[in-house]
Amino acid sequence: MEIWDGHCHISGFSGTPAERVGKSLEVADRMGVDKLCIYMGTSFQTEPTAAQLIEANGQVLEAVAAWPDRVFGWVYLSPAHLETSLAELERCVANGPMVAIKLWVAQNCDTPEVDAIVKRSTELKAPVFQHTWRKITGNLPGESMAVDLVRLARRHPDATLICGHTGGDWEQGIRAIQPIKNLYADLGGGDPTAGFTEMAVRELGAERVLFGSDIPGRSFGSQIAKVEGARITEAEKTLIFAQNLKRLLTPILELKGVAVG
Amino acid sequence: MFIDTNAYIGQWPFRTLPDASVDALLANYSHFGVERAWAGSFDGLFHKDVAAVNARLVEACATNDNYILQPFGTVNPTLPNWEEDFRRCVEDHAMQGIRLHPNYHGYLLDDDRFKALLQAAASHKLVVQLVTTMEDERMMHPLMQVPHVDVTPLADAIGDIDGLQLILLNAFRAVRGKAIDTLVATEKVGFDIAWLEGIAGIERVRSQIPVERLHFGSYTPFFYFQSSMLKLKESDLSTEELNAIQGGNAEALLA
Repeated sequence: MEIWDGHCHISGFSGTPAERVGKSLEVADRMGVDKLCIYMGTSFQTEPTAAQLIEANGQVLEAVAAWPDRVFGWVYLSPAHLETSLAELERCVANGPMVAIKLWVAQNCDTPEVDAIVKRSTELKAPVFQHTWRKITGNLPGESMAVDLVRLARRHPDATLICGHTGGDWEQGIRAIQPIKNLYADLGGGDPTAGFTEMAVRELGAERVLFGSDIPGRSFGSQIAKVEGARITEAEKTLIFAQNLKRLLTPILELKGVAVG
Repeated sequence: MFIDTNAYIGQWPFRTLPDASVDALLANYSHFGVERAWAGSFDGLFHKDVAAVNARLVEACATNDNYILQPFGTVNPTLPNWEEDFRRCVEDHAMQGIRLHPNYHGYLLDDDRFKALLQAAASHKLVVQLVTTMEDERMMHPLMQVPHVDVTPLADAIGDIDGLQLILLNAFRAVRGKAIDTLVATEKVGFDIAWLEGIAGIERVRSQIPVERLHFGSYTPFFYFQSSMLKLKESDLSTEELNAIQGGNAEALLA
C-alpha cells in the first residue's frame, strides 16, 4: 500500500539537510513509506525570527533539491513576521518547489495575519497545515487549538486546511472540526492510542483523514500502526495512507508540472 | 518464544478501546505469532478489592487453551493487609509476576511498604513490573491528572534486594537521560518498548540500554498492537537482538 507521509521534520539527526533526509529515507524504505513532506529546519524555534524562518526554509529547499523524487517541501511561516512570511511564500511556493504551508506556535491562528497567509496560500492552491494541541497541562502562549482553527476555516471556505495532530486531544479535535468540510485531520505526532483512527473515520469520513508520522521525534512504526491497526476497511486505509494527501496536493503539483502518479 | 510483556485486560474508564476483549487480544496474538502475553488489569488501578480484581484476571486469562495470557496480579501496598493479596498471587494463582502502579495507588518509591513488597517478590522469584505512565499527561481527564512515577528513589530502593527482576513499563514517556543510566547501572532493571518513540527508536536506545534489558511490550489494548510490532521492523536489528527483545530476555527472567 502506497504511503505519503504528510508530517516530517529534519531535526534529530546530524549532517546536512540532504544527509538528514537521506537517513530518514533509509528507514522510510524499511517501512514502505514512499514520500516525505518535510518542514521546519534542523532546529526548532517556537518563536522564530524572520531570519530563522528564511534559514529553516533554505534548509528544506536544500533537502528537496537532493531528493526531488521522494520529498515535498512545505514552507514554514510565522504570522508574527507577516511581511517575511508572505515573501517566503512567494520565494518557496509561488516561485519555488514547495507545495504547502506549515504554521506552528508563534501566534494563534485565529488572527488577521493568518488570514493574509491563508488567502495567498489558497490563491496558490497550497494547503495550510496548522499545528494544534489542546493540553490539559496548559498550552504555549501562541499555541492554537482545533477550535481556533475552526474559526479560521469558517472565514476561508475555499482554503485547504490541515488540523495538525487533530488537536492533540483528538477526541475533542475531531468533534471540533467535524462540521467544517475543508478541514482535514492529521493523525501524526501523538501516541498510537487505539480508537483514534476509527473515531476520525466515523465522524469525518476517511476522505478527511491524513497519515503523518512526525518523524524523527516520533516513530514511523507507532504512527503507521494508527492506520494499519485500525478497525477500518482496506479502502479507507488506502485513502488515509496516500490518496487523500495526493488529492489535496494535485492542484499545486499540476501547476508545477509534477506528475502525481 | 515471542512474549508481549505489556498487555491489559479490561476497559480503560475514559475511552472504549476497540480490541479490549479477550477474544480480540487473542486474535491479534494469533495473527502476529505472539506465544505469551503478560497481562495486568485496568481495574487494578482503581479498585480497592484487589483480590477480586486478581481473581477476575486469572479467570479471563484462563479462557484460552494455550495459556497465551499470563496473569500479572495487582498489589497495592498502601492497602491494609496487602500481604494477603501478594500471598494469593503466589500461592493461589501461581503467578509469575506482579504489576505495580505507584502513581495510581498513591505512594512514592522511597516508601518502606514498596521496598517490603519488592523484597517479597524477589524472595519468591516473581517478576515485578512497575508502570510509570498510563496516559500522555496532556490528554488526561481534567479531574484525574495522574503524575508519572518519579523513579529517582528507585535505584536506592532496589540496591540491596538480591535476585530482584524488575521491568519498567511505558517508561520512555517520562524516564529519560541520566535517570535511565542510573537504573541500567543497577543491572536489575529492564524496559519495555511500548512507549519508545523516535525514528528507528530501538536502534538508537540500545546505545544507552543493553539489548538484554529491552523487552517487547505492546501496551495493548490501550495502544494499537501493531505499534510495537512495527518498531521491530523499523530498526536495523540482528536476528539475535530481535529474538532477545521479542521474548528471549523475558523468558530468561522466568528461568
